Amino acid sequence: MSSIIRVSGLTKTYSSGFTALQGIDLDIHRGEIFALLGPNGAGKTTLISIICGISSPSEGFVLADGFDIVKHYRAARSKIGLVPQELCSDAFEKVWSAVNFSRGLFGKPANPEYIEKLLRQLSLWDKKDAQMRELSGGMKRRVMIAKALSHEPDILFLDEPTAGVDVELRKDMWQMVRQLREQGVTIILTTHYIEEAEEMADRIGVIRQGKILLVEEKQALMDKLGSKQLSIRLQQPITTVPVELAEFNLQLEQDGNTLSYVYDSRQEGDSIARLLRQLTAQGLEIRDLNSNESSLEDIFVSLVHEKEQ
Amino acid sequence: MNLYAVWAIYKFEMARTFRTLMQSIASPVLSTSLYFIVFGTAIGSRMGDIDGVSYGAFIIPGLVMLSLLSESISNASFGIFFPKFSGTIYEVLSAPVSAMEIVIGYVGAAATKSVTLGLLILLTAQLFVDYHIQHPLWMLAFLVLTAITFSLFGFIIGIWADDFQKLQVIPLMVITPLTFLGGAFYSISMLPEPWQTLTLFNPVVYLISGFRWAFYGVADVNVAVSLGMTLVFLLICLSIVWWIFRTGYRIRT
Repeated sequence: MSSIIRVSGLTKTYSSGFTALQGIDLDIHRGEIFALLGPNGAGKTTLISIICGISSPSEGFVLADGFDIVKHYRAARSKIGLVPQELCSDAFEKVWSAVNFSRGLFGKPANPEYIEKLLRQLSLWDKKDAQMRELSGGMKRRVMIAKALSHEPDILFLDEPTAGVDVELRKDMWQMVRQLREQGVTIILTTHYIEEAEEMADRIGVIRQGKILLVEEKQALMDKLGSKQLSIRLQQPITTVPVELAEFNLQLEQDGNTLSYVYDSRQEGDSIARLLRQLTAQGLEIRDLNSNESSLEDIFVSLVHEKEQ
Repeated sequence: MNLYAVWAIYKFEMARTFRTLMQSIASPVLSTSLYFIVFGTAIGSRMGDIDGVSYGAFIIPGLVMLSLLSESISNASFGIFFPKFSGTIYEVLSAPVSAMEIVIGYVGAAATKSVTLGLLILLTAQLFVDYHIQHPLWMLAFLVLTAITFSLFGFIIGIWADDFQKLQVIPLMVITPLTFLGGAFYSISMLPEPWQTLTLFNPVVYLISGFRWAFYGVADVNVAVSLGMTLVFLLICLSIVWWIFRTGYRIRT
């Protein structure tokens, strides 16, 4: 598959001496939705800022659709739309002129039909004459998306698109991202919600402390990360797990009181019901049940740990 | 050249002026009218002519310059400072625009505003004082050149400033005193030595003197020197702006 963005050996050291990116190599495929996952301060926004031209790289290069973002910044930047993480807008500007301003800024002649279609698609049409300060946070976010799409970019960056966004808007946004992908737009989003990456992405990259830890197809990563653990506390301690329970691959904790069962939360089927029936059949009485999902934090810890080994 | 972008920035900035019409246009016109009433009509009628020009007419070029300098600086500095402050600058930085296009958009709009304002003040002056412009084209040339130069200067201040206080400090503490002492209200030949010589170090003297020459054909310093100095300031500001964009100073981290 051809890549639409190619990041090579990208390093960013700020004048304070802080190194935000340490030799990033990354290829984004044409037409995919790519989720960049990482904790706060991992370098997600720095990476996006450099690709979009807001920061300058210290070392390395980036090609956007084959154009170097520094040498051929005009060609590169006109392909890219950016929705930044922070909601910022000119309070007294009207939605209609704000979006048309963006289109002009990106060197495109006015096209009121297209802007109208865009605003309708984002449910902003009835707000087109409203001033930015009159809009709710969610509406402002939509305007920022409209601004980013105003020049019909091939690549769209969404930096934390659903931070502080209510459930309804989040669903709308996911829907819109899928529509854009169908139209052939490549989308790169950053998030620290794993559900979001799971819901949207074709591929996922994990970044931490300025390094890309891994890039994988979503499915492969989910299989790795989507496990849940069920802890079963027994009335009486046991010394060994009965052979009849072998298919469940249970772990007996040291105190002999607790059995833990690891399963895939998305393909669990009836295994829990069978496990519980088997336990009763073996005469093991259950005192308590507790299930927990690996949080993103655990995932990072395990990923980073894995890398260090 | 991304002309659509230049036009977009220019239009955006001009729209800002119209939204704040009272502050951008009405208040400088009002305060200049007050000067005319106080210095031109009330006090001026008791003062003798300077270089054969009535005092009320004599102060017109100086008053226009006073507004032109402070409004050019404040318009241009606010125009670029505010996007930096609110964060909306991200869009300009990520757009396919060159430094020159950004400067033309912002500085062009600021200069347009102050030239308009200067002409409005001249019209207002007609209500109070009878005056005649000897070299209208030179008058316009000085007006436009000064507006561009000081809008560039304001643009530099707007980039340099990282809080509201810094935005105000140079116009208030440097430009206003220099203008008042730069011969806006008197001819520098009226000063005793050593002030007469010291005044020549004040760059605003050359601006006002050249501008006044365009009105009445009389000047404190040779008009060619005035024009030369104006062009020198323009070049200095252009070089600083060029340096800012080359290094990304306070714009691109």
